[in-house]
Amino acid sequence: MSLLQLENLSVTFGNFRAVDNISYKVEEGEVLGIVGESGSGKSVSSLAIMGLIDFPGNVTADKLTFEGQDLQTMPEKQRRKLTGSDIAMIFQDPMTSLNPCFTVGYQIIEALKTHQGGSKKELKTRAIELLTQVGIPAPESRLDNYPHQLSGGMSQRVMIAMAIACNPRLLVADEPTTALDVTIQAQIIDLLIELQREKQMGLVLITHDLALVAEVAHRVIVMYAGQIVESGPASEVFRSPKHPYTQALLASLPESAAGKARLEALPGVVPGQYDRPQGCLLSPRCPYATDHCRQVEPDNQGPIERQVKCHTPLNSEGRPAA
Amino acid sequence: MFQFIFRRLSLVIPTFIGITLLTFTLIHMIPGDPIEVMAGEHGVSAERHAELAAQLGLDQPLYVQYFDYVNGILHGDLGNSLVTHEPVMKEFLTLFPATVELSICAAIFAILIGLPAGIFAAVKRGTIFDHSVMTFSLTGYSMPIFWWALLLMLVFSVTLGWTPVSGRIDVVYWIDNTTGFMLIDSWLSGEKGAFSSAVSHLILPSIVLGTIPMAVIARMTRSSMLEVLNEDYIRTARAKGIAPWRVIVIHALRNALIPVITVIGLQVGTLLSGAILTETVFAWPGIGKWLIESISRRDYPVVQGGILIVATIIIIVNLLVDIAYGVVNPRIRHSR
Amino acid sequence: MTVQSNAPLNAPNNNETDSHEIVNTAPAPRTPLREFWHYFSSNKGAVAGLVFIVLIFLMAIFANVVAPHSPSDQMRDALLLPPAWLEGGKWTYFLGTDDVGRDIFSRLIYGARLSLSVGAFAVTISLILGILFGLVAGYCKGVVDVIIMRIVDIMLAMPSLLLAIAVVAILGPSIFNAALAISLVSLPNYVRLTRAATMSEMSRDYVTSSRVLGASPLRLMFICILPNCLAPLIVQATMGFSSAILDMAALGFLGLGAQPPTPEWGSMLADALQFVQRAWWVVTFPGLMILITVLAFNLMGDGLRDALDPKLKQ
Repeated sequence: MSLLQLENLSVTFGNFRAVDNISYKVEEGEVLGIVGESGSGKSVSSLAIMGLIDFPGNVTADKLTFEGQDLQTMPEKQRRKLTGSDIAMIFQDPMTSLNPCFTVGYQIIEALKTHQGGSKKELKTRAIELLTQVGIPAPESRLDNYPHQLSGGMSQRVMIAMAIACNPRLLVADEPTTALDVTIQAQIIDLLIELQREKQMGLVLITHDLALVAEVAHRVIVMYAGQIVESGPASEVFRSPKHPYTQALLASLPESAAGKARLEALPGVVPGQYDRPQGCLLSPRCPYATDHCRQVEPDNQGPIERQVKCHTPLNSEGRPAA
Repeated sequence: MFQFIFRRLSLVIPTFIGITLLTFTLIHMIPGDPIEVMAGEHGVSAERHAELAAQLGLDQPLYVQYFDYVNGILHGDLGNSLVTHEPVMKEFLTLFPATVELSICAAIFAILIGLPAGIFAAVKRGTIFDHSVMTFSLTGYSMPIFWWALLLMLVFSVTLGWTPVSGRIDVVYWIDNTTGFMLIDSWLSGEKGAFSSAVSHLILPSIVLGTIPMAVIARMTRSSMLEVLNEDYIRTARAKGIAPWRVIVIHALRNALIPVITVIGLQVGTLLSGAILTETVFAWPGIGKWLIESISRRDYPVVQGGILIVATIIIIVNLLVDIAYGVVNPRIRHSR
Repeated sequence: MTVQSNAPLNAPNNNETDSHEIVNTAPAPRTPLREFWHYFSSNKGAVAGLVFIVLIFLMAIFANVVAPHSPSDQMRDALLLPPAWLEGGKWTYFLGTDDVGRDIFSRLIYGARLSLSVGAFAVTISLILGILFGLVAGYCKGVVDVIIMRIVDIMLAMPSLLLAIAVVAILGPSIFNAALAISLVSLPNYVRLTRAATMSEMSRDYVTSSRVLGASPLRLMFICILPNCLAPLIVQATMGFSSAILDMAALGFLGLGAQPPTPEWGSMLADALQFVQRAWWVVTFPGLMILITVLAFNLMGDGLRDALDPKLKQ
């Protein structure tokens, strides 16, 4: 039984489909990387898993289960018991994600108290333990600090402490390092991966940092305009991408530009609400697009563990197959 | 924290000096001879003129007059009323509790209705409830309260006979002036029915005086809540699996209240100027009615003193609000 | 446009044509004025307010045509007549008559003329002075700024009605003095708004660059900076209109504004006080008129704020 399983999950805001029929699984102890440009629906899909999409957003799915429990039909109260304890999430901007009016200690203890309870003293000891675990020096004195007294990296560590407070089975990290300094980024990722291995959590790592995903993820999903365009084991996807979009993303990495004067870039932007093309969503930007691509939307092709949403998947030389 | 309070205090002193200058100049800006104007149509004899000029210190050079004036203020001496010959300070102190009582009741009414209405409107954004709260609050905000007072009086006192028309208590009760607060005094008197009579006299004036502050508080609370509910930390709180009411009451409200507290503090000015109108309509013996009457009697020392006191009260309240703001908002408290 | 199926990634011409096609499918951008009207007209309350304001302005301008009677004619045979739809009412006195037989409807129409003129006068005076002081304070900074802002603080420490009452108490009760007092007490808001906007614009690069080009201080203040502070000022002026009307009515009600025979909404109410129990209409209609007019200005102000500047949106 998978830890998290979703089938045909869609999130719509009025007429706009932010997430369009995506399906994936996360196994226990697995790191799943989700990559894509800004606006490709990565964050929205993870908020949908957490049950944090508000009106006017609407979430539909054929299947949305956590450890076999159906998250959709489950009563609100029961679902809240899962969120924050078994499924936890950390967000992009740690500086705005902590409540400025409460101390760090209060916010960590609140998470503990909501799901586990315990005496004041126990909770405090546990909070100090957590801060130590995420590598915050002098945790006792940090408990009484307000978020504005912490640096960005420190705040993200506190967010992680809060997220792992109740020993979650699944941790969703939504671009956890985007808002941080480069030097801090590696530290935070190391911390996350270390915690993930230690606790054997499932980790969904949402990012647009391809190099990072290549390094730490077991499996990877590439999203474009709300759809999954390619998925598979990280090493395979990066070694021989089957989708033109993945290929273009990889080509835009500085590493692949070695010896060239300029970085490769994909022309155009992700289609929004008003400029959604017919057929394959990538067709206006795809260098290999045919008239067929511009008229008919492709289906997912290939075995379940290595799928690609393209009429003409690329072969190992990086050329369209047909 | 103490540093913070001291800094605010040091800002208050120049403002206070400015206000003494203003009220001091007030009496000198009366066109023509102030004593002639004060005396009205009857005119004054030359001796009386000199006597009055000496009494008011008008025969001294301006700067001496000003220092005497400030010196008097610092000793609590605001001069005497030209009509009753009582010290202005004493008259003020007898009438002030009535205004405070009315203002407090109005403020309680405004906060009790305005705050929850604003919160619910924000939480139920876009619903009929939200739209009606916004419509009612904008209407309340636009209300000419003297007319509102008459209208309520017409409906509830004249037509329905539910509440008395004016005054603080029914004439059949004779209540000793212990604290000056009718609710407390009538309670202490132990006379049967006195307390409920005092309460029924307070209802309409409080509603009238509280209407504009209520509207302002509701609008401010709503917009502040809407802004806070969109913040990242609200999402964090919800991701912790906390109950929705707790997210709203603990996480959102605490942040949303910061600007609302400032607005509530600013309503003290609205309350005191509203009191002038409300007290006039309901014949409520407070400082608002006192000021208006002394203007029509050309009792300038009272006008001068009254304005000085009211302005001082507002400065002090604003100072307290600033300090309260620092207590609620840790970011302010910690900035040096 | 055709793209070769195996064209190399990101050929330069490819780039150009592609982005061109994408832009074509997006909706065409609107002109600022049309965009403003689009936002403003989507707010039903604001449009209702605007319609009412236009109507009442027309009514005030053509008062002598619209009003069925003279505001001061006393009909001795028609004292305290109820509105037309009630028993004993006459259609010629649509909203009834007051205690000396004057037609309330006509008095309300002439009252609109007065209230709107006072509003316009007060807003104009305080807008001009407020912009002047605000620009100077924001531009000069230093001692000038401190002095102006101290005075503004002192004025803000007093409730506007109390300050207006104080001014009228000195100058003596009359419409003109009341209007002057109202312009004076609304001054601080404009000064603060202009100063804040000026200070934030002053730090922008475009101001620095025109200063480098040798623009004079006056040109900087009025040509460069002022147009960029207009949005909040327009909103404040609309709201200022409503508070001027409200304060004017309050002063009139207290007997410190327009004096008795003048058909002013507030003083009409004050005159009618003693008839509250006998003739509700003498009290109800003037107040209703004040409420609706003030409400209309506030509705429009809200709409303007949302439409002019999303940053001001609350």
